[in-house]
This record gives sequence, C-alpha cells and structure tokens, in this order.
Amino acid sequence: MPCEFFTLQDFMTYTKGITYILMLVSLCAITGFWLFLTERDTDEPHHHSK
Amino acid sequence: MSLTRRRFLGWMGAAGAGTLVGRQAEAAANVHFTGYPDSFAVLHDITLCVGCRSCEAACNTVNELPPPNRPFKDLTVLDQHRRTTSKTYTVVNRFQPASQAPKSIFVKKQCNHCLEPACASACFVRAFKKSPEGAVTYDPTVCVGCRYCMVACPFEIPAYEYEKALDPKVMKCTMCHPRVKNGQLPGCVQACPKEALTFGKRKDILNIARERIHKYPQRYIDHIYGESEMGGTSWLYLSSVPFSQIGMREDLGTTPAPELTSGALGAVPIVVGLWPVLLTGIYAITQRKEKVSAEEQRLAVSQAVEHARQSAELDMVRAMEKAEKDKETAIKQAVKKAMDEAVKAQQEVKA
Amino acid sequence: MSDEKSLSVNKALTPFNMVAGIILLIGMVITILRFTGGLAAVSNLTDDNPWGIWIGFDLLCGVALAAGGYVTSAAVYIFGLKRYHSAVRPAILTGFLGYALVVFALHYDVGRPWRLPYPFIVQQGTTSLLFEVGACVALYLTVLFIEFTPAVMEWLGLKRARTIVVRLTMLLTIFGVVLSTLHQSSLGALYLIAPSKLHPLWYSTYLPVYFFVSSIIAGLSMVLFESTLSHHYFSHKMDKTHLAEADNVTLGFGKAASLVLAGYFTIKIIGIAIADNWHYLTTGYGAWFLLELLGFVALPCLMYAVGVRDRNVKLIRWTAGWTILGIVLNRLNISLIAFNWQLPSSQRYVPHWMEIMVSVFIVTIGILIFRFIVTRMPIMYEHPDYHSH
Ligand code: SF4
Ligand code: SF4
Ligand code: SF4
Repeated sequence: MPCEFFTLQDFMTYTKGITYILMLVSLCAITGFWLFLTERDTDEPHHHSK
Repeated sequence: MSLTRRRFLGWMGAAGAGTLVGRQAEAAANVHFTGYPDSFAVLHDITLCVGCRSCEAACNTVNELPPPNRPFKDLTVLDQHRRTTSKTYTVVNRFQPASQAPKSIFVKKQCNHCLEPACASACFVRAFKKSPEGAVTYDPTVCVGCRYCMVACPFEIPAYEYEKALDPKVMKCTMCHPRVKNGQLPGCVQACPKEALTFGKRKDILNIARERIHKYPQRYIDHIYGESEMGGTSWLYLSSVPFSQIGMREDLGTTPAPELTSGALGAVPIVVGLWPVLLTGIYAITQRKEKVSAEEQRLAVSQAVEHARQSAELDMVRAMEKAEKDKETAIKQAVKKAMDEAVKAQQEVKA
Repeated sequence: MSDEKSLSVNKALTPFNMVAGIILLIGMVITILRFTGGLAAVSNLTDDNPWGIWIGFDLLCGVALAAGGYVTSAAVYIFGLKRYHSAVRPAILTGFLGYALVVFALHYDVGRPWRLPYPFIVQQGTTSLLFEVGACVALYLTVLFIEFTPAVMEWLGLKRARTIVVRLTMLLTIFGVVLSTLHQSSLGALYLIAPSKLHPLWYSTYLPVYFFVSSIIAGLSMVLFESTLSHHYFSHKMDKTHLAEADNVTLGFGKAASLVLAGYFTIKIIGIAIADNWHYLTTGYGAWFLLELLGFVALPCLMYAVGVRDRNVKLIRWTAGWTILGIVLNRLNISLIAFNWQLPSSQRYVPHWMEIMVSVFIVTIGILIFRFIVTRMPIMYEHPDYHSH
C-alpha cells in the first residue's frame, strides 16, 4: 500500500505496527503448521505398519 | 479507503494513517525522510543574547508554570548551570570560555524539537509526536510514567513531576504549539528584547543563519548547531565559540534517534520467524535420535532375550543328555549290582 | 494435618521469619509513602537520572536471573537432555516468580502504574524497545504460568487438565525460548537509543546480543545456585531422582556455562575492536571494565572448566554464585555506573535507602512465596500419581 511519511519516526511506527501484527499471526500460524506437518507422523518406527 | 481498513491501520499505530489519503503519487518517498516541509523553527543567535531572562519569564507566564523561587529579575541564578525542570521549560545559562574572557556568553536551553525525536522513538505509548508545525508535543492522558523518554533524550530536556503521587507528568517545552497554531509567536521569541530569537519556517531560518555566517565570518563559527545534530532539530543555534565550550554537546552525531534502534527492532521479527523453525528442527533431531536409540535398545533387548532363550534351551538339552546318561549309568550299575549279587548267591549256593 | 499446623507455628518463630517480618513491615510503610508522596518521597531519582535501582536491579537483574526457566526447559525439552528433567520445575517456578516480581516492582517505579496496560490497549508505541520488552514479558509470563500449572494441578488433583497442558509442553517451550530471546536482548537494546549517555566501553551496537548471551549464563548459573540453596534447605522435600540427578545437572550445566562464558568473552572483545575503544581501557572506567571482563567473565569461565574437569561439584557451585554477581555487576554498570558518566559527580545518582529497602522487600516476598510453594507443591519431587513423560 503506497503511502508517504514525512518522518522516519512515523514511517517506523507504521511499519513496525504491521510487523507486530504479522508476528502475532505467524506465531499462531506456525503452531498450526507444525501440527499439519507432523499430523501423519506415527510414533512407531515402522511407518507401513498401519 | 473503507472505514474498517482505516480503523485497522489506526490500531497498528499508523501515525501517518491520517496523511495516507491522496498522497499516493509520492509513494516513492519512503526512502529518505526530510521532515515536514513547512514546519517552523527558531534561531537562537547566541552572540546576541544578553542574559536578561525575559524569555524565561514569558515562558513561565504563557505556560502557566508555578512562580519561580527567585524572581526572573534576579540575574545571579545565571551563575549556576541549570537544566530544564518540571517547573521551568527553559533556562538561560552563562558561560565564560577562556578564549572570550572576560566576556560572558549566554545560552538559552529548552527542548530542541528534534526532527526525529528520540523521546518519541522511545515512548511505548506514543505520547510524543512531531507535529507538522514543528513542535514535539506530549499527551499526558496516555503517559505511563516510565521515563524512558528522559533516558533517550540526548539533550537532557524532559523533566518529571517526581513529587506528584497520582498524576505525575513529563514536562517540557511545547514550542508554544497552541499559540503557533493560532498564528502567534512562541512566548520566549515574542519577549526577547534583543532579537536573539527568530521564528520562521525552518527552511528560511536555515537560510538566515547561513547568510549571517557568510556576512560576518569573524563573528560566527561556521556551524549551525541543530542543522544535522541527531538528524536535525527545530531549534537552531549560532555561536561565536565552539558549542562544546558553552555546554552543548558536539559528539552527538547526525544519526536520527529512530535509526539507532531500527537494527534491533528489525531483528525481532526475524527471531520470531526463524527461531521456531530452528528449535523445532533441533527438537525433531533429538526426537529422531531418541527414536533410533530406542529402536536399538529394543533390538538389543530382543536379541538378549533370544540369546537367553537359546542358551536356556541348550542348557535343557544338556541337562536332558546328562540326565539320560545318569539314568543309563544308574541302570548299568543296578544291572551290574544285580548280576554281582546273583553271582554271589550262586557261589554261596555252590559252597 | 494438625501435626503440620503445630509445626508451622513453631517455625514461625525462627530468626529468618522475624527478619522477613520486619522487612515486610518496613516495605509496606514505604509503599504507603510512595503512593501518597510520589517518587520524590522515597527515591533519589532526578531529571538527570530517571532510572535508578528499580530499573537497574529489579528489572534488568531480575529478568536476567529469571532466565533459568527458559534455559532449563529448552535444554530438557528441545535439546533432549532428559537427564536434567528434575531441574525443570524449580527453574520454571523461579522463572515465573522472578517475572511476576519484576512486574510487581515496576508498579513502584512507573509514575502511573495503573496505566501499565496502556501500551497494548490504548496506543502502541511500536518503535519503542520498551514496548517490545513489555509485550514479550507479558506474553512470557503467561507462557511460564501455563508451563507451571501441571504442578498446581497435581497439587489440586486435576488430572484431565494436566494432561492437556503436558501435551503442549514442546510448543510452550519453543514460545518461551522465542519470547525470552526477544526480551532478554531487548533489555540491552533499551540503551541503544542513548549512545551519548552510556560509556563507550559498555555501549555497543551488540548490546542486545550481549544481553541475550549473558542471560543464558545467568540462567545456567541461577539453576546451579538455586539447587545449592534448595539442597541446603529443602533436601527433605526432594525425591531420589532429584537427589541422584543433582550432581549430573551440576556438571552438565557447569560445562554449558563455561562454554557460553567463553563465547561471551570473545564477543565482548570483538565489541571493543569494532568500535575501536581500546584507548578507553587505560582510563578509570577502563580498569572497571577490565575488572568486569576479566574478573567476572574470564575467571568464572576458567573456574567452571576446572570444576567440570575435576568433577568438583563444590567449585562449580561457588563459581555459579560468582558468575551471578558478575551479571548483576554488568547490569548495574550499564544502567547506573557507566550511565551518565559524563555528568559531574554532584549530578550522579546514588540510591536512596528506601529504594534499596523496596528492592529488599520485593526479594523477600519472592523468597517467602518460593518457600510456600516448594513446601506444598510437587516441585522438588515427582508426584506419586504422575510420571514424567
Ligand atoms: S530535545 Fe529531547 S525532548 Fe526535545 S524533541 Fe528532542 S528528544 Fe524530545
Ligand atoms: S514517561 Fe510517559 S511520555 Fe515518557 S516514555 Fe514513558 S510513557 Fe512515554
Ligand atoms: S530574552 Fe532573549 S536576550 Fe534575554 S535571555 Fe532570553 S534569549 Fe537571551
């Protein structure tokens, strides 16, 4: 989204704000992703045993 | 732009959200920041200041600050090097640099209204804001009182109302923001009898300063303090002696305050993004190792069991064989005994 | 039950409890003074020295020394050092208590403590490192709390709830490490904005890295130190596993601490080189800096190493105490001693006795709560109904 800022301070407030939101989202997402990634993992050493 | 979107941006602390609309053509400007184009500034020509303290008095009046311990007419206070406090937004100090003796030099001190204020960068509730008019304003309704702004300010300006229990505030010069918005001059500028203070657009003020240096090279050193110190300030100073001799630090550098922390702030999302990957990776490896070693253990155990079983069987066979043998011997012995006895009996009968 | 009660009545008269009682009393009086007379009534804080020992000691040292929680749980759950399992719970408990007390202490320091949630709910100052610290500490306190709940649930007998939390352990540990990395380093980064006030030997663009690495050292040393104390005072509360693992834990953590100290020493030297600060080493501040670097980084590094090689548990424990002193010294140097070094001595900060009392008061509360919990909940031993997983 294009926008202009006159001070570095305002620019950083804005970009860091977005970054903080993204960080929160990614923390949640990584949880979900980890579950997705490992869902079919079995604890048994022989994977074809099912 | 829809309302919800703007509200969303507002939450994120988009200080610039208000300025977004209709400025899209200048989007490419987010590389280099030059401050608000029409902001105001004040030039303090130290060579003109006579230390009359009229500016201090005016500041006290327009900001409705408590009356001073000693009247503003009393010029003996100039002898101590004072700093701004919660009751005085501005102070004038006297210096006597050796090179100028016996002449005194008077320097006015107040918030410099930085273009990139360290106080604003440090405040975690955004209580400070650089306004388009040039003033760095403070909002006491959100201030938590952590005093990080005071730690951050390189000019040692913000002061705190330590003696207040319930509503302590950070106190500092406002560059008379409300007055300026009304088209009035800042209190101190209006009061100065010697034109040691000049108010105007920062662009123009810089030009005036340059012109004076150019016109009177003997009178001024070739440096406009505040032009680039800490990224530039809205108070600019001209002097006849090096600024370090009159209590102004020359070692602050030109790096704007937000840049000092941008590296550390930039590392934060990287840690959030990559640490979980790294750590789950390590976790997976240790899990894997454990699984392998568990498997090995199981194998070892089953082998041991097998081994035990086999050796047990062997023992059994041996035992059986032995038993068999024993039995045989026993029978043999019994037979032999029986035979022997029979022989004996026969011999007895014969005899 | 009645036995226990009569026992605790007897206990109430020990000299320790009497001293603690007096401290609590004084603390409460100062608290009243603080919230009726303002900061000026109880502190020596000035406009030049806005941060005193409540930040330098309570916040900076408090958070660093509470690092044991994340260091241990990371070692056990992520790096798979299951041998040290018995060290997890005490470390998490002290971590949680430490953070809770830090937040409590902040209520004395900030001007309007009831506004502490403002940065999150009213207006976000996202460019502030303090915002970062605040957000992480708040989140981490929550994580630690959840991590600690299994002990509480065992105590209360809530089996179902416990199972759920235990299954989250890995994830919580990872979040804990991420959040700790962030706020431990950000505490150092707080000072990045004041290059003109902090002495160049301590100011460095590496400050966040220094704080993070030294927090690992602090965490490891604190675990060792606490286990020494706990063995002394609570060994009757420990089960066989805990006692048997103790020496193993000591050796392992000692080795780790020695390694990390070596790394820390290296990057400190690199920091001097990068900023070309060698010439400061010959000044008074330089001598002080060298004392910190050689006496409290290099020396404990060596002592830990010798302790591990000789399997000298006693030496390792003494070194842990020494290292902790070093971390405290480092934090105080940055926040108070080398801060504002250019001001004339008349404008420098010396803590008011009431400030010190408040810190003592808060530490005392911490010890009392720790004792309360350890003597009641399954911290030093495994609850008979549950097995570690
Ligand atoms: S001089 Fe200090 S208080 Fe004033 S704007 Fe700059 S950083 Fe803020
Ligand atoms: S004291 Fe107030 S204005 Fe200053 S940084 Fe803290 S919250 Fe912001
Ligand atoms: S009013 Fe003007 S001349 Fe008088 S002390 Fe202030 S700046 Fe100097």
